[in-house]
Amino acid sequence: MAGMSEAAGPEPAGPAKGQGRGGKSVLGSDEIRRALTRIGHEILERTDGARDVVLLGIQTRGVPLARRLAARLAETEGVHIPVGALDITLYRDDLRLRPTRTLGHTEIPDAGIDGMVVVLVDDVLYSGRTVRAALDALGDIGRPRAVQLAVLVDRGHRELPIRPDYVGKNLPTSKREAVKVLLTEIDGEDSVTLQVSRQASR
Amino acid sequence: MNRHLISAADLSLDDAVAILDTAEELARLAQRPIPKLPTLRGRTVVNLFYEDSTRTRISFEAAAKRLSADVINFSAKGSSVAKGESLKDTALTLQAMGADAVVIRHGASGAPYRLAGWVRGSVINAGDGTHEHPTQALLDAFTMRRRLGRLAGLRVTIVGDILHSRVARSNVWLLRTLGARVTLVAPPTLLPVAVGGWPCSVSYDFSTVLPDSDVVMMLRVQRERMSDAYFPSVREYSRRYGLDGDRMALLADHAIVMHPGPMNRGVEIAAEVADSPRSTIVEQVTNGVSVRMAVLYLLLGGSREPGDAPPAAAGLAAAGSGVAGSGVAGSGVAGSGVAGSGETL
Repeated sequence: MAGMSEAAGPEPAGPAKGQGRGGKSVLGSDEIRRALTRIGHEILERTDGARDVVLLGIQTRGVPLARRLAARLAETEGVHIPVGALDITLYRDDLRLRPTRTLGHTEIPDAGIDGMVVVLVDDVLYSGRTVRAALDALGDIGRPRAVQLAVLVDRGHRELPIRPDYVGKNLPTSKREAVKVLLTEIDGEDSVTLQVSRQASR
Repeated sequence: MNRHLISAADLSLDDAVAILDTAEELARLAQRPIPKLPTLRGRTVVNLFYEDSTRTRISFEAAAKRLSADVINFSAKGSSVAKGESLKDTALTLQAMGADAVVIRHGASGAPYRLAGWVRGSVINAGDGTHEHPTQALLDAFTMRRRLGRLAGLRVTIVGDILHSRVARSNVWLLRTLGARVTLVAPPTLLPVAVGGWPCSVSYDFSTVLPDSDVVMMLRVQRERMSDAYFPSVREYSRRYGLDGDRMALLADHAIVMHPGPMNRGVEIAAEVADSPRSTIVEQVTNGVSVRMAVLYLLLGGSREPGDAPPAAAGLAAAGSGVAGSGVAGSGVAGSGVAGSGETL
């Protein structure tokens, strides 16, 4: 989600803080694991055994999710899928609305993405603007055969004609709420919580 | 980060590292089939060049264009400056045209600082007189970090015409911030009076410094800025302070040789050195574009907070002092501790 409105705020999202504010728990670590396992299987089914598939995690929390998906598929199915990371900061449409952002790391697997099926992986799908930026970024990197989208949580309120191909959990929300995703690799724990944001999300 | 980039001395460690890290990401993007990014669409960058320059101007132009900014090139020759327009009036014209950033090179030390008070956009110093050239120092630091993997504790020797060199000034301040140790080597006549107040050491014996250097940066003898005789002959200068094959053999295996260009082959640097694998001269040019993209992105890529104050008073201060001291030539170093050393520069 790369900080479109929730998830990665400017302040570090420590686990203690998340619990302290008492958000409503939506997914625990077991549920996140099961959701990823299911998404992994759906990817296998729909892409003919993940032939020519590249997983690209969108910075920041999409990256560990993409890595977990790849690790799970390698472990259970023996399928090895190249994984990369995509930072979309330079393609955002809201750069002028905030102070300059630090760039994340972009890492495209050596095989490239030309002619491949790219599966973008992100934590939360909301307005769809992050995905729009990611599609623009992909266009400058190469020409994939197809692009698909996997998200852990789809919270609705799309502002662009974009839909996910794989969803961990559909979570109807109001715009006043914020979905907070914590992942062990970054935050030290796995959880998805629903919180009432201090200001209404844009 | 500050709204302007006028002096390398203004950069905090965090600022400097942020620029280098951003440049690292941008350098990676330059490898892609389409290196262009949409980030600065609709922004206007004016290249305001009062002095001749090829590589710096082209480098800034390439950087701005890769980020999709509109670029307007303005050179003093053939413009209304030739008709007598002042810097301030030119600045107001640029302001009226809505420049988001002005990249300025000027023969007068402190010109970018003055300009920053007149325009609303960001001012980027691309070299002012004998004062500073911060993006050159940034690209030098970037090149060192890429080649040697670190900056902290690095021993950097800068050799040549320190007196007239804005590159040396910017490097001394930036490298100090980044934790490297700088030694200047030059004939006493080509050191500024205030050098005693700089955060670096000074040596007059090039060969003894070489074995302990990780980086040797050779500077051009700027004859166009020299009105007096600073050394007996070019040959003597070259023999004492030039880097030739024999001297290069004194360097440690990992050490690199840098030059900001343009080079005078056979004067400060021998052709065999300039073309050796130790030389980073071509890389420096490539890296220059990435570093300038990073600076443009960090200055222009976000929202503009209203009511920004003009830059801290660091920019101008000691500016011309190096030149002023030049008349006293030989005594330059002796008097150093006193002169302009207290200034921020």
